Amino acid sequence: MDSIIAENISKTYGTVKALKEVSLTVQKGELFGLIGADGAGKTTLFRILASLILPDAGKASVEGLDPVSDYRRLRCITGYMPGRFSLYGDLTVEENIRFYATVFGTTLEAGRVLIDDIYKQLEPFRNRAASRLSGGMKQKLALCCALIHSPSVLFLDEPTTGVDPVSRREFWLVLKHLRESGMTVMVSTPYMEEAGQCGRIAFIKEGSILYSETPGRIVESFGETLYAVSSDRMHTLLDDVRSFTGIKYCYSFGDSHHFVVDESFSGEKALAGYLAGIGYGNITVKKIQPTMEDCYMKLSLR
Amino acid sequence: MLKYLIEKEFKQFFRNSFLPRLIIVFPIMIMLVMPWVATLDIRGVNVTVADSDRSTLSSRLIEKINASEYFSVRRVTLSYADALEDVDDGLSDLVLDIPSGYADSLGRGKSCKILVAVNAVNGTKGYLGGNYMAGILSGTGAGVDVSVLNMYNPTLNYRQFMIPAFLAVLIMMLCGFLPALNIVSEKEKGTIEQINVTPVGKFQFIFAKLIPYWLIGFVVLAICFLLGWLVYGYLPAGSFIVILAGTFVFILGISSIGLIISNYSQSMQQSMLVMFFFILIFNLMSGLFTPVRSMPGWAQTIAACIPPKYFIEILRGVYQRGCGFSDLGIQFAALTIFAVFFGLSAVLTYRKRA
Repeated sequence: MDSIIAENISKTYGTVKALKEVSLTVQKGELFGLIGADGAGKTTLFRILASLILPDAGKASVEGLDPVSDYRRLRCITGYMPGRFSLYGDLTVEENIRFYATVFGTTLEAGRVLIDDIYKQLEPFRNRAASRLSGGMKQKLALCCALIHSPSVLFLDEPTTGVDPVSRREFWLVLKHLRESGMTVMVSTPYMEEAGQCGRIAFIKEGSILYSETPGRIVESFGETLYAVSSDRMHTLLDDVRSFTGIKYCYSFGDSHHFVVDESFSGEKALAGYLAGIGYGNITVKKIQPTMEDCYMKLSLR
Repeated sequence: MLKYLIEKEFKQFFRNSFLPRLIIVFPIMIMLVMPWVATLDIRGVNVTVADSDRSTLSSRLIEKINASEYFSVRRVTLSYADALEDVDDGLSDLVLDIPSGYADSLGRGKSCKILVAVNAVNGTKGYLGGNYMAGILSGTGAGVDVSVLNMYNPTLNYRQFMIPAFLAVLIMMLCGFLPALNIVSEKEKGTIEQINVTPVGKFQFIFAKLIPYWLIGFVVLAICFLLGWLVYGYLPAGSFIVILAGTFVFILGISSIGLIISNYSQSMQQSMLVMFFFILIFNLMSGLFTPVRSMPGWAQTIAACIPPKYFIEILRGVYQRGCGFSDLGIQFAALTIFAVFFGLSAVLTYRKRA
């Protein structure tokens, strides 16, 4: 059954088209990832689905409720965690949770079951002002507050941006637990390695959804031959590789450059020879398996 | 739920290191300093006397003027022209011309004309100085027939006129500016995002914002009232209940104006400047310093549309004349209309989504 449905949603800010006829569906109990660079339209889509802004065109439905007309009921069954920390910094951890519990018509004790794992970690700091928490703790607190009323759908807008790797891993573990409890979770992230943790992901770029699939199938369907190349002079290497015959496209990827080839490519040895000939040293060229990020690059360079 | 929202507002208010001090210190400062500073009582008007009479009577008149706390005689000249030079040089504010034959005329029971020339560059000083002088002269039977009757404020004590006004200014500032900054600060901090996705209704949200300002307003009122009594020995002539009721309705209106501005503003600076603009108009047009009735017709129409005018009328009415509810029906009706109108507008202009 579909939990979240978006049909041809468009939103324009002034002259900027933030969303262009975006359509997607998320099934009930799915952990759905929205992957895209900054400014791709992730937040706008979240805000529309969470009933905070009105779309210019298109229709959406969350658990059968329309965010435009049925927003009152929708707000009772959804949890939304904005990308920017938006709890009361001058209230303590416990006061924040109790406050949101009350405005959602419940209590900390009643909502505790769902947030117990995270709340335990926060408990040592329960009397500390929220503004004085660390980045990771702030996000955990925000998640607690978004979960306090046991929503059936949870929207998380870049919950792990600016959070240390350990806290990030913990955060994703919590999300997996939530999905196991049957909750629909829609999460956005600019980190490709996090995308692999989602049940299904959608790539979003410049307000359009490029692709929506399971991470495994996205990687499987890459369907190109991918190589990695590195040398002692990485900076000029990018252009030199691009000028070689049979290279479809080349992009930098961490400490190496990745490139995709077509049939006219004459093999990695030929490329290594060519590069050595124009003065590069320490050349390694090898065939590699595509990762999620390669898939994203492929889609976004298209 | 409303209770929790209000509780949250209070927690935030008291955890702020600045605001609780502001609402205590600001009224104390204003009440201790301003009544001494903002005074229109004219003292120490410099006088040059052109005494062409040179008689015992004329010198007695000069002594009498000099003895008054309002005037100090700088110089006595022989001619009017010499005396005017003092005005030109800025040494003197007022010239009194006693014609020759002054004593003679009075002695024979005839009236005599004395010229009082005032330097009206500082209009208020000149006008009031001239009037005071006329009062003194009429007391000497110098043929000037002036009678001034100061109703309700027999000593023309400007402080009694201004203390109720400062009370109004303080409530207007604190209960107007603080709400203007409130919602917009939630916007700046981003906390409004999280509140907007909750099922909290507009009415509840706005009322939770308004009610704390009621209490703040009453604290300010209490401080002003106590200081007015302890420092200046000034108690309202009428019932304190009437003042309380007026303050109650007024705060609802002025705080709602603040919240409306906050609803429309994108940043604290913006709401601050807009509120400042309104407060300035309120201060200058509400009859605080200058009477509304001496304004041109169009300005009186504008003044009729601003809530502080009625609040000041209530305060001055109760403090100075001892008015009760029955005398202030129009003012209370006007304030109630403003309160309902602005209160509803504050709720309706609060948008939970764009």
